[in-house]
Amino acid sequence: MNALTENWVAIGAVSDIPRRGSRCVKNGDTTIAIFRTVDDHIYALEDKCPHKKGPLSQGIVHDGCVTCPLHNWVISLETGQAQGADEGGTLSFGVKLDGDSILLDIGGAR
Amino acid sequence: MKKKLVVVGNGMAPGRMLEHLFELSPDGFDVTVFNAEPRVNYNRLMLSPVLSGEKTYEDIITHDDAWYEQQRITLHKGSKVSRIDRGAKTVTSDNGITASYDTLIVATGSNPFIIPLPGKDLEGVLTYRDLDDVEKMLCAARAGGRAVVIGGGLLGLEAAAGLRQQGMEVTVLHLMPSLMERQLDPAAGYLLEKAFADRGIDVITKANTHEIVGKDGQVAGVKLDNGTVIGAAIVVMAVGIRPGIDLAKESGLNVNRGILVGDDMQTSDPAIYALGECVEHRDQVYGLVAPLYEMAVTIAENLCGNKAAYTGSVTATKLKVTGIDLYSAGDFAEAEDRQEIVLRDATAGVYKRLVLKDNRIIGAVLYGETSDGPWFFDLLKKQTDISDMRETLIFGQAYQGGSPLDPMAAVAALPDDAEICGCNGVCKSKISNAIVGKNLNSLDDVRAHTKASASCGSCTGLVEQLLSLALGEAYNPAAVQPMCGCTELGHDDVRRLIVAKQLKTIPAVMQELEWKTSCGCAKCRPALNYYLVCDWPDEYADDYQSRFINERVHANIQKDGTYSVVPRMWGGVTSSKELRAIADTVDKFDIPMVKVTGGQRIDLLGIRKEDLPAVWGDLGKAGFVSGQAYAKGLRTVKTCVGTDWCRFGTQDSTGLGIRIEKFMWGSWTPAKVKMAVSGCPRNCSEATCKDVGIICVDSGFEIHFAGAAGLDIKGTEILGMVKTEDEALEHVVALVQMYREQGRYLERIYKWSRRIGYDEVRRQIMDDADKRKAYFERFVFSQKFAQVDPWSERVSGKDKHEFQPMATLSLEAAE
Ligand SMILES: Cc1cc2nc3c(=O)[nH]c(=O)nc-3n(C[C@H](O)[C@H](O)[C@H](O)COP(=O)(O)OP(=O)(O)OC[C@H]3O[C@@H](n4cnc5c(N)ncnc54)[C@H](O)[C@@H]3O)c2cc1C
Ligand code: SF4
Ligand code: SF4
Ligand code: FES
Repeated sequence: MNALTENWVAIGAVSDIPRRGSRCVKNGDTTIAIFRTVDDHIYALEDKCPHKKGPLSQGIVHDGCVTCPLHNWVISLETGQAQGADEGGTLSFGVKLDGDSILLDIGGAR
Repeated sequence: MKKKLVVVGNGMAPGRMLEHLFELSPDGFDVTVFNAEPRVNYNRLMLSPVLSGEKTYEDIITHDDAWYEQQRITLHKGSKVSRIDRGAKTVTSDNGITASYDTLIVATGSNPFIIPLPGKDLEGVLTYRDLDDVEKMLCAARAGGRAVVIGGGLLGLEAAAGLRQQGMEVTVLHLMPSLMERQLDPAAGYLLEKAFADRGIDVITKANTHEIVGKDGQVAGVKLDNGTVIGAAIVVMAVGIRPGIDLAKESGLNVNRGILVGDDMQTSDPAIYALGECVEHRDQVYGLVAPLYEMAVTIAENLCGNKAAYTGSVTATKLKVTGIDLYSAGDFAEAEDRQEIVLRDATAGVYKRLVLKDNRIIGAVLYGETSDGPWFFDLLKKQTDISDMRETLIFGQAYQGGSPLDPMAAVAALPDDAEICGCNGVCKSKISNAIVGKNLNSLDDVRAHTKASASCGSCTGLVEQLLSLALGEAYNPAAVQPMCGCTELGHDDVRRLIVAKQLKTIPAVMQELEWKTSCGCAKCRPALNYYLVCDWPDEYADDYQSRFINERVHANIQKDGTYSVVPRMWGGVTSSKELRAIADTVDKFDIPMVKVTGGQRIDLLGIRKEDLPAVWGDLGKAGFVSGQAYAKGLRTVKTCVGTDWCRFGTQDSTGLGIRIEKFMWGSWTPAKVKMAVSGCPRNCSEATCKDVGIICVDSGFEIHFAGAAGLDIKGTEILGMVKTEDEALEHVVALVQMYREQGRYLERIYKWSRRIGYDEVRRQIMDDADKRKAYFERFVFSQKFAQVDPWSERVSGKDKHEFQPMATLSLEAAE
């Protein structure tokens, strides 16, 4: 009961995710991709590319972005918005760090 | 009876002479060449790019061993001629080889001048003349420290820039008040000095060296007349050259500063010609290649009985330091009867000066913007009266007649006989005619057919403009297409620098090559990862986060985010046991689609990522390994049934295909590689549209390459015929390794080989056995680290995180 009413959920440790990589969190029918950048910033986006729903978690992470594996759209990790000439956005979720532990805000997708 | 021609010295001038001679008379001469350097003929002008790491020795070879063999020239490498017996008409080298001649050519080049300073014999005092010198400098550069270059002329500055690029601290000492004072006026010398200072190179002018200070027989520093001491790990003396006349002098030929010749290039002995920098002709000694090439042609013509004469040359100079544009020609000392026109643009860093006498250009110095150099040089050589355009002359050719400043217009307006390539004396019409007449469409074609831009390369831009003019949109210069937005460098430059600078990690590449982003992008990272895997197979740790998802999880992502899996079936052969295992796996994991591929494999589609390790586990138990159908690497070798079954089969095509596949699986390549082997020319496995294909015939194996059947469709080129399976394997492997080392990431074999030339591939793989073997061995070495089945690795737990979600929240909630 708890986890559903709480906004912030602990999902694991920073070290569970490879640098410049991503892991998924399943929340019911939604898959949320958690990204870790080269300088250890953590971001969370719905694992669905605004283009044709490609799994962003499978893309290449570089600077503050991820490049979708299906057709190379570049998505901002912070805002979930497509970069460059492409238009569209995917849901982004709040993330907090408590020491090495990652907290995800599943209540308020932006 | 062929005439015996002996050449002493194997530098740039005799190299050109021989080319011309064999064009005129392919079989007229029996040629022997002695070379004090232990190697073939290379392009000395390009030593500076080798020093700076932008090129390798291999890149600057003019004639390789195969060439000498083909022309039936006897080349004695590492053999310095120490005696000419003019009575007996023989020469003898210091390692005891004697050769007799009907005609002798002395082309001993020149020697660096060494200032007789105290300490000049210390270890670490170097000169700059040949490849050995470059290697010594590179060796010193690896140890680091400071290099002091004595001499601020062309050579000294190129050495300084190269050493700096190799990471040394560099000081240039120059006796005169400004750099390159023989080619530049003081104002341009000043701009040059500033440009060097900007690169972190200290330039001290009016510096008179007093002595070279040593410690334990090794250079420790340089002391100037004013008492200053500059610490140094090496000292490079580049203060000028002296024609190499010792041998000629001892043999009793007439010499002055150089070996004296007439307009026919004969020395005082009619059986002996002299050629190159060792020559003195009409009181002139030359230190640039253009005049030497003219001499070379004169000699070749005279050897064939066509009376030719050399009448002297005017020269122009370009400094070959990347990023500094400098051009000078003629005479520009100030004098009563001369006028000058100067243009300065400080913000753009441009300085141009023309020196005029009687309304004719006699000297030109251009700094920062040199594209009008050849035009000015043309006016200078022809002594054109410029009174009519005097007002706008300095703005360059494009300005004449009020036309706007369009660089193409300038080239278009050049007269037909304007010299484009100064080194090789190639004029505009020769290039334009060759482009049109011979259907040339690349820089390399133009180089091969006209020699333009084949020596120092500084006219490359002009040649490319001529290509654009002739071909219009059809020509797109391959020159500087950056890899991606993170860098200005192109793929080739990056590959070269990775090797030259021994860069072995992605961060090292990005740091050293000044990437503009902090961690690259999805275009450059996979490319860099491949280049590093290829160049350092034993040392580089593959960076999975820089691989596309397919290569990271060893399966092909599909549009719905599921994956497809293709087990390897060697040569397309399978068995009931394998098929049963596949059928069981399909049932167990409820795999929605099973499909036969074009490469003779079975594709299982629609597998969820989480199931991948288990699917592989089951397939692995049946003996399958990954088919790498996802890889930029060897995909499939398609075969036909050959002599085993087919009534037309000439060889065991199935066996050979399997052998090749087992040898080459696991190797990464710039883009995917698909092969096929057909048992006879009926070609049932479609080998003639593959990256590499083999057609078996009775007498052996015909190897094909550079086919395509995708977005583009293209039949293969023939590499050549070999007799045995072993040879077929060696040739195929060598070809792929050559491609691995040279290809740009994502560039298929057909594009790569079209870019570098099919003939070049044939030359290296078919004709040059040493090269082929070396490629083969490098491939074998890298396979030691590549042939690991990625599936079994992952079944045993590698990269486990890839396949499982980090957390499943609804589950947690339920607990
Ligand atoms: C670093 C560098 C950069 C240069 N850049 C330019 C440039 O940009 N533009 C330009 O026009 N010029 C340039 N030059 C000058 C140009 O390279 C020379 O003018 C040209 O190479 C001279 O050709 P050569 O055949 O006369 O002599 P070399 O090329 O010097 O060849 C002479 C050869 O003869 C050999 N030899 C000598 N004595 C004997 C003997 N007794 N027996 C057997 N072999 C012997 C030597 O080992 C040498 O290999 C540059 C030179 C250097 C070193
Ligand atoms: S290519 Fe020739 S040998 Fe192979 S199956 Fe076809 S006909 Fe037979
Ligand atoms: S041909 Fe096109 S649609 Fe068909 S599998 Fe290949 S890439 Fe996909
Ligand atoms: S689905 Fe992401 S780019 Fe097409």
